[in-house]
Amino acid sequence: MSDSKTPLLDELEKGPWPSFVKEIKKAARTSRKAKDLLGQLELSYKDKKTHWKHGGIVGVRGYGGGIIGRFSDVPEEFPGAAHFHTVRVNQPSGWFYTTDALRQLCDIWDKYGSGLTNMHGSTGDTVFLGAGSDELEDIFTELSKAEWDLGGSGSDVRTPSCCVGPARCEFACYDTLALTYDLTMAYQDELHRPLFPYKWKFKMAGCPNDCVASIARADFSIIGTWRDEIRIDQAAVAEYAEKGLDIQSDAIRRCPTRCMKWDGNTLKINDHQCTRCMHCINVMPKALRPGTDTGAVILIGAKAPIVQGAILSSVLVPFMKIEPPYEELKDLIEKIWEFWDEHGVARERIGELIQRVGLGNFLEAIDIEPSPQMITQPRDNPYIFYEEYYAEEKEGGEA
Amino acid sequence: MADEITVEQLADDMYDLVKKAEGKKKYKPNDLIKEVITKYGDKVDKKDGKEAIKLLMDSERCVYSYAGGSFVELAK
Repeated sequence: MSDSKTPLLDELEKGPWPSFVKEIKKAARTSRKAKDLLGQLELSYKDKKTHWKHGGIVGVRGYGGGIIGRFSDVPEEFPGAAHFHTVRVNQPSGWFYTTDALRQLCDIWDKYGSGLTNMHGSTGDTVFLGAGSDELEDIFTELSKAEWDLGGSGSDVRTPSCCVGPARCEFACYDTLALTYDLTMAYQDELHRPLFPYKWKFKMAGCPNDCVASIARADFSIIGTWRDEIRIDQAAVAEYAEKGLDIQSDAIRRCPTRCMKWDGNTLKINDHQCTRCMHCINVMPKALRPGTDTGAVILIGAKAPIVQGAILSSVLVPFMKIEPPYEELKDLIEKIWEFWDEHGVARERIGELIQRVGLGNFLEAIDIEPSPQMITQPRDNPYIFYEEYYAEEKEGGEA
Repeated sequence: MADEITVEQLADDMYDLVKKAEGKKKYKPNDLIKEVITKYGDKVDKKDGKEAIKLLMDSERCVYSYAGGSFVELAK
């Protein structure tokens, strides 16, 4: 029989994948916190239940977000993990760090915390795991001195997050990095001081590939798109065909709206039918590119299944130009917040509120006209009501 | 701010509400703002309420807590 103190956790080190247990064990060589974390985790696997308590009063002065409280319910047994709070650090847009910046963060974290990090959390922040209550102010002071800030947690604006955008991606239809920075700066109060019914996530994706998965995770998704035609380089299309790409099978037949034709020489796209899904562009990136009249589609209401089931976001504005100072976008955001503040109940995400009050009522309240893009599926039944239809029906004496 | 209701007054009112409710009810930040708007009507607005909460936190009389949602509680 093994004399290991963590026989259950040891199982998680087996297999051809990276193991978080291996990493914690590495940290445990120098950190008491990490050592006790291992012990508590083994106990959790043995007892088949968590030994963490969630939330409570933890934070830094003046901020309501940025720290997530974790207290052990077996502190006598594992004193190093008695307080094991999570610190969220606002990440740079697109997660671009210099090695110096990473060293700076790691030095602060080695000095005060367990040394364990999560690069990155699902919200996007750099996550430090394992701070004691007494260390929080010192950590915050050092981070602030080095010009880092905490991210969002609780019922506030969560740290805005974006894809790499135009920095590394030719498909970006707007500058995701600039918008993320601008929104982060504009909504500092909303980011650090919880005032909403529940969390609010912004995610910026530069093109419909939506590499930040905003459509599934963000309350407010800003997904790059274009209004004009897909740019086609016919010579490059022919080159793909010559090199063996089956354009008919791999691009034409997989187009969700069947808006493309290929006669063996020329590729034609009926752009009026195109839903900007990016499939053809992804298959032939050297031959096809998004158009030049670019902006973004604004979607609203996605969430993971915490209180109610998962919701994918719905189109709110089919096309908006995304250019500094982003006034149109901010006006829209603030109108939505106003409505949510007024009508949202505790722990109700904006998507749930819209489902409760109805999209039609929501649109009316924020002064947005219904449009054909606001439908459940392409070419399916609209789920919004056009009041004038009812008025016409009544006047006509029907139903 | 409209008329004579100061942010300090609002912060004091909010503090009293939190203190009286301790152990019985937890106030969300927005609930506190709604309470002072109900009390003073259009003499105060949401922006004043936000400033008052900021003052309450910066003066360290209250702190934010988290239990599913975010709440305002007395500093211990």
